[in-house]
Amino acid sequence: MSATEVRDGDAGEVTTPGRQRLVVIGNGMAGARTVEEILQRGGGPSFDITVIGDEPYGNYNRILLSGVLAGFEDAKEIFLNPLEWYRENDIALHAGVRVTEIDRWAKKVFGDDGSSVEYDKLILATGSRPFFPPIEGLTGTDGLTKKGVFGFRTIDDCNRMASHAALGPSGTGGRRRVAVIGGGLLGLEAAHGMVSRGLEVHLVHQASHLMNQQLDPSAGAVLKSTVEQLGLQVHLGKATAEVRGGDEVTGLAFTDGTELACDMLIVACGIRPNSELAARGGLTVERAIVVDDQMRSVDDPDVYAVGECAQHRGQVYGLVAPLWDQAKVLADHLTKIDVHAAYRGSRLATKLKVMGVDLAVMGLKEPEQPDDEFLQFSEPKRGVYKTVVVRDGLLVGASLLGDVSKVSFLMQAFDRATPLPEERLSLMFDLGTPSAGVGFAELSDDAQICNCNGVDKAAITGCVAAGKRSVKAVMEATRAGSGCGACRDLVAGIVDWACEGEAEDDPSAHYYVPGVPLTKPALIDAVRQQGLRSVSKVFDALAGGVEDAGSKMGLASLLRTLWGAEYDDERDARFINDRVHANIQNDGTFSVVPPIPGGVTSVQQLRTIADVAERYNVPMVKLTGGQRIDLLGIAKSDLPSVWRDLGMASGHAYGKSFRTCKSCVGTEFCRFGLGDSTTLAVRIEGRFKGIESPGKLKLAVAGCPRNCSEAMVKDVGAVAIEGGHWEIYVGGAAGAHVRKGDVLCTVDTHEEVIALSGRFMQYYRGNARYLERTYGFVERIGIDRIRAVVVADSEGIAERLDSAMQASVDAYVDPWQEAASPVTPGQFAPATGTGP
Amino acid sequence: MTAVSLAAEHHLGPLSQIPVGEGRVFEVPGGTPQSVVLAVFHLRSGAVHATQAACPHRDGPLADGLVGGTTVICPLHARKFDLATGAALSGECGLVTYPVRITEAGEIVVSVDDRGRADAQTAALVRRGDHRVVELHGRPT
Repeated sequence: MSATEVRDGDAGEVTTPGRQRLVVIGNGMAGARTVEEILQRGGGPSFDITVIGDEPYGNYNRILLSGVLAGFEDAKEIFLNPLEWYRENDIALHAGVRVTEIDRWAKKVFGDDGSSVEYDKLILATGSRPFFPPIEGLTGTDGLTKKGVFGFRTIDDCNRMASHAALGPSGTGGRRRVAVIGGGLLGLEAAHGMVSRGLEVHLVHQASHLMNQQLDPSAGAVLKSTVEQLGLQVHLGKATAEVRGGDEVTGLAFTDGTELACDMLIVACGIRPNSELAARGGLTVERAIVVDDQMRSVDDPDVYAVGECAQHRGQVYGLVAPLWDQAKVLADHLTKIDVHAAYRGSRLATKLKVMGVDLAVMGLKEPEQPDDEFLQFSEPKRGVYKTVVVRDGLLVGASLLGDVSKVSFLMQAFDRATPLPEERLSLMFDLGTPSAGVGFAELSDDAQICNCNGVDKAAITGCVAAGKRSVKAVMEATRAGSGCGACRDLVAGIVDWACEGEAEDDPSAHYYVPGVPLTKPALIDAVRQQGLRSVSKVFDALAGGVEDAGSKMGLASLLRTLWGAEYDDERDARFINDRVHANIQNDGTFSVVPPIPGGVTSVQQLRTIADVAERYNVPMVKLTGGQRIDLLGIAKSDLPSVWRDLGMASGHAYGKSFRTCKSCVGTEFCRFGLGDSTTLAVRIEGRFKGIESPGKLKLAVAGCPRNCSEAMVKDVGAVAIEGGHWEIYVGGAAGAHVRKGDVLCTVDTHEEVIALSGRFMQYYRGNARYLERTYGFVERIGIDRIRAVVVADSEGIAERLDSAMQASVDAYVDPWQEAASPVTPGQFAPATGTGP
Repeated sequence: MTAVSLAAEHHLGPLSQIPVGEGRVFEVPGGTPQSVVLAVFHLRSGAVHATQAACPHRDGPLADGLVGGTTVICPLHARKFDLATGAALSGECGLVTYPVRITEAGEIVVSVDDRGRADAQTAALVRRGDHRVVELHGRPT
């Protein structure tokens, strides 16, 4: 055993009964991070943990090695977990030991020092090593790598390069001439390190532009001129044929016949996963160790792999962000905190400095499909180059070089597929409006970010400074973004900026409701499979019996949509509005809104409403934006009798449901009318009234494109156009968010409008997140996809959608009927403690 | 409760008048000011808690709020409170709570001592920024 071993752990003898022996091979960022995640989840007592690493150190941040190489960073400063950390957490660290064999049948691993350790669970986190291409002359006559030739991977590599560079040519103390093969990220970092140490550095790259995997040729050209100004000499399109020299490197010969003299060579031609150990152990290795969504090897349920040595769904990642995602999933899985935890791959977005030049890249570097939008900006003199690739309204790629002021916004749009500003230019530049795209640094501290709750920038940054590092935590603490929600992107951007791009992703942000740790599809699966028909059963089965008040409404909405008449309707899961079928007001009274479909009323209806308003001394009678009449200030206990006296059905002006369909005059009287809008609006409201949905649905019909009823900015709108046609708009909004709807399709009859509107609304009901309005839904899914599903029936589900909507229509009951027989004791009892 | 307490016990009727998972409002007569308004919550766990009825933020009717675990969310602006302790889970000001027990016959019995009553009323008046007499709704029937 090595001298740096922390705890006596020979042959795994020190085990505690009832604990699992967890052995981690690899003490790099992946291995250590996984152990950290396990400890964070309280997994410490469940495992006897042994970490075996072939570097004789604790665990360090490999990303900072370029700083060490450049001499900016002290090697001592980059350690993540010092040796004490292992001791404190009771982890046996075998540092400086290389595992040579895995015996999966005996469940044992063997070290090159003759030691062996038994395991119950084994994690391979062996990482990768520099790739040395088969270039002639890389090795000397002794078969070892020539003197002066280096890879760039470890602290030892850095130390050796630094001392070789300091030594000077043939020990003279003069200036070394360094060649770096490879113009990717690693090569540029290595070259930067050498330039910083005052050496003459030549970067040799086989491709025709720098960082060709991440950047397009124009960006590569801008980067080249920038790094040349920093003193680096760049040679493109050069393939190295031979390394010159006997036992010590003296130069390079290229395939085009040219040569370059040098007395130091750094090979940075990429990395190769360390998977030989796994292959010898009989595990499936393709490009790396093949794992499933739990990071488990496909051959052995007790063997896992994380980090650069793992191949997941065909992908091998060489960046740190995916590794963190993998470590979290593996820790969730091993500690059984979340048995459904699954890694589904990472979208790669990186922000880095290459030779001191800011660079951020994510997703595609160039457009790939004919409909992709591509924005490109180049200002070589300042070293600035930017591209953005947009597909179906979503950000699918971006490169920012030299100016990364928009990076927070773009990374967020990329990661979370958030809607993009219509004015695409603002994806690249701040256009001087305090929108989500503004440079967060330039916002003044007292700039009000959340207009609903009056939260300014200083409150948000202060909250981050106080230790809240996730968007959700900041939103909870400051209430920013918890009103209308229009500022949420801005809040998220500021949090990320305040965390210097390192805001923590709160996993619950992806849950359908915060109290049940499942995404919407996973939740729906579980609810169906386990037959969970009530909100309390969902908490019992899927949330460990912990009831969460803030999750009840969302669950109730989902269960009702899934189970229809079979839904076990627990009234306490409803918001007060849905318990008493009226909208609560700021004084604890309620508003009563009878239906006036299409805004067409009658003398009789007006008289009845007037009589009721007078009888109950209604403090305010108000026309609504939905062309109806609102009776405000009704005491809860008066609701049943008000409804009875009105003798009308509910107008549903309170729930997350179909609200209204308003209309212009249309052909009946309007001299411009092209279509019978009032009749259509009345039919639409008659059919869809009260239908529950993830967010409210406000509809309108316009009899001509003058759009007097504002149908183009409704969740669903129909607009009559010349020639007897109707355009159907979806995803419009004119509230906290303003958006013109997208044309779903153009049809000829009222019946078609009703059928397609219904099908769209059903698709929305089934696929939108809770409280996600149609404008967000349409932008997230994309109008092309929605059109394909709803109009062209590309998925063959149209019939199912139609019959599901029909079932909901058939199941409709007017809730105001509860006036006659309250559903719960004291359903309409007053709850206000203080009178007006 | 200890013998030295000045708490007065009030019988509020059967627990069955509060649906499980919801809250209802009760008025306890007597004292100065003339009465105290309480929200009594019947949790899904079976526990019963009593607090002041009005949210300290803007007088929202807490009994109309959604309840989960021991948390209630005010229906007006989503301020959260712990029903067992009265602690504010968002916002600054917490709730006055009252000891409550259920008799073997299933009756709700709440204890309101003079200090608790005074606290609740003072809080309400300070909040309102005036000292007018607060009009109270009757007990549910």
